[in-house]
Amino acid sequence: MLLLIQYTLVFASVLLLVALGGCFAEHSGVINLGLEGIMVLGALGGALMMRYVPATVPGIVMVLAVLLGAIAFGVLYSCLLGVASINFKADQTLVGTAMNLLGTAAATVFVKAINTASNPDDVSSVIQYIEPKKAFLVNIGGFEFNWFMLIAVIALAVAYVTLYKTKFGLRLMACGEHPQAADSVGINVYKMRWAGVLISGIYGGLGGICYILAGVSEWKFENGVAGFGFLALAVMIFGQWKPTRIALAALLFGLFRALSNVYSGFSFLAALNIPSTVYNMMPYIVSLLVLALTSKNSRAPKAEGIPYDKGQR
Amino acid sequence: MKKNILKNSAVQTLISSLICILLGLLIGYVVLLFINPEGASEAILAVIKNFLNSSRANLRLKNLGNTLVKTAPLLMCSLSVLFAYKVGLFNIGAAGQFVVGSCACLIAALGFGWGWLPCMIFTLVVGAVYGAVVGLLKAYCNVNEVISGIMLNWIGLYGTNMILSSVKEPTSPYTLHLASDAPQAILPSLGLDKLFSNNRYVTVAIPLAIIIAIIIYVLLDKTKLGYELKATGNNKNAAKYAGMAEKRNIILTLAIAGALAALGGAFLYQTDYEQWSVTQSSVPGMGFNGIAAAFLGGLHPIGSIFASYFIQHITNGGGYVDLTKYSSQISDLISSLIIYLCAFVLFIKYAINSGIAKREEKQAQKLKPASDGADSGKGGEA
Repeated sequence: MLLLIQYTLVFASVLLLVALGGCFAEHSGVINLGLEGIMVLGALGGALMMRYVPATVPGIVMVLAVLLGAIAFGVLYSCLLGVASINFKADQTLVGTAMNLLGTAAATVFVKAINTASNPDDVSSVIQYIEPKKAFLVNIGGFEFNWFMLIAVIALAVAYVTLYKTKFGLRLMACGEHPQAADSVGINVYKMRWAGVLISGIYGGLGGICYILAGVSEWKFENGVAGFGFLALAVMIFGQWKPTRIALAALLFGLFRALSNVYSGFSFLAALNIPSTVYNMMPYIVSLLVLALTSKNSRAPKAEGIPYDKGQR
Repeated sequence: MKKNILKNSAVQTLISSLICILLGLLIGYVVLLFINPEGASEAILAVIKNFLNSSRANLRLKNLGNTLVKTAPLLMCSLSVLFAYKVGLFNIGAAGQFVVGSCACLIAALGFGWGWLPCMIFTLVVGAVYGAVVGLLKAYCNVNEVISGIMLNWIGLYGTNMILSSVKEPTSPYTLHLASDAPQAILPSLGLDKLFSNNRYVTVAIPLAIIIAIIIYVLLDKTKLGYELKATGNNKNAAKYAGMAEKRNIILTLAIAGALAALGGAFLYQTDYEQWSVTQSSVPGMGFNGIAAAFLGGLHPIGSIFASYFIQHITNGGGYVDLTKYSSQISDLISSLIIYLCAFVLFIKYAINSGIAKREEKQAQKLKPASDGADSGKGGEA
């Protein structure tokens, strides 16, 4: 049971972080379908830190270095979306899809290159982080507390305050609802949209490193992040683009994802004798059903996905 | 006045696609340089040459055949993406539709023991139903087709793994060979295999895929249904106002798109070129590469024939790089770069057009002073 709670909280943290990233981008008016790719790059940034920062440094330094690595890679990668969709007015769906493919391919090529460079026989795309991972975990009576649970809560608070209590957040949201009106009162729509995209890079990168630290001690970058970026978008839609509701949605989805990891530990679930693939499918089926039920009255930002053109009325 | 050839939109598409390819290859080359400077040129040439790397002529033909065998399913996926995009829908679910198509044809062949034609028709129907799910969710529940498509990709993958476990080899995770266990389900070759030095994987699938591409072109450009579908894509409300059944059109489009991508699965697995591994944990890239091919082909069915071949050509070419120095994923990197660059196609076209407009304006201005002079001359006389 404790294990189920632990996994639920970890996966919920991942979904919450990434969904908040999507939320910022969409409130500024840019659909970020590239979250999956941003997660992969964030994971890569963090994993590289864990590989190259000596494991002898104090735990807190390691945690900070990993977080910074993930954020830096996530933000840099999100620039690809910003340039294409804000400055060049490209099709945001296409750009996002390309970023997802590019993220996995680039990370694989990169990790294989560094693995082969250090050991010519090693052609895998795996990075191991058994030792550095311990800096993130605190054992409280059998419950493995992961620092990311705390980070996710802080991120939620920050997102809520930024969006609803600051001038910046309200302006950002105005650009996603009616950019022409925002522009007419002197808000720079392009800058605001860039801000939204870069913030989604921060959150997406954090979510990525959190995901690969969730259960395992090594990561094969060929696998990407198994559609988690899109699950997070489903969480965001289910949460109606509101941070607090997104948090609740993330808990629900996290529970279903955790079940596929730990269902065999429950005697009544194991007794049902359902194949493990059914549990693997669960989060995706649940999100489809939830989307089918909630999308009808969606409260999506009105101008999302439409490139802003100053000359247009 | 001679018409400027650059104004032709087909020429513009061709130019933009070539720019994307060149830039993609260039960035790929730079990445190779970073990984290992010596051998980078050889590696990028190996990717570009693909089957020409082989030394013997008949081996070259055979490898060309292998590339074509995988081009046929890719072309089907790219047609699926293209068809939906013309109706304003982004069918990222093509990857999952390809997967369920593979599942349907393999289970029909190995499990039910059907012949090749019933297998293909079964695949078509299953794909259409799977695609229609996305359409129904979009039309009646307003679910974004990209998100539902992705969810269905994963559901399809796990479902396929589960179903095909019943027809796998006892000792490996791969499904049984069609050649030994269900030879009746292998697509007929019609003697095409002889053309590629007896490559037994070359079947009727290749010409069939090209014929389907032409049918899609005719359907979209020359029929009333195609017009209605495109109108729905351009403006749903206007189409509804003009008396078109916009909900039916969305569902129909995705059903057709699903059937196309699923047929791609049949075109690959019914040649026995590959076996499905039931322990796969990621969605096969075929459907995603289909997106690349569709956009690289300028969103034109005939263009996507060539674009599909090109994408498959460099994907296969990735297998020829020196694996002690580089990874074969370098070709995935290049093709995903090309998709990213395709997002700028509109901008490139815009740049070409505004370039032409500027030059014409200049020419017009050059002519203008002369005629002005003539006018004032006349004025002076009077």
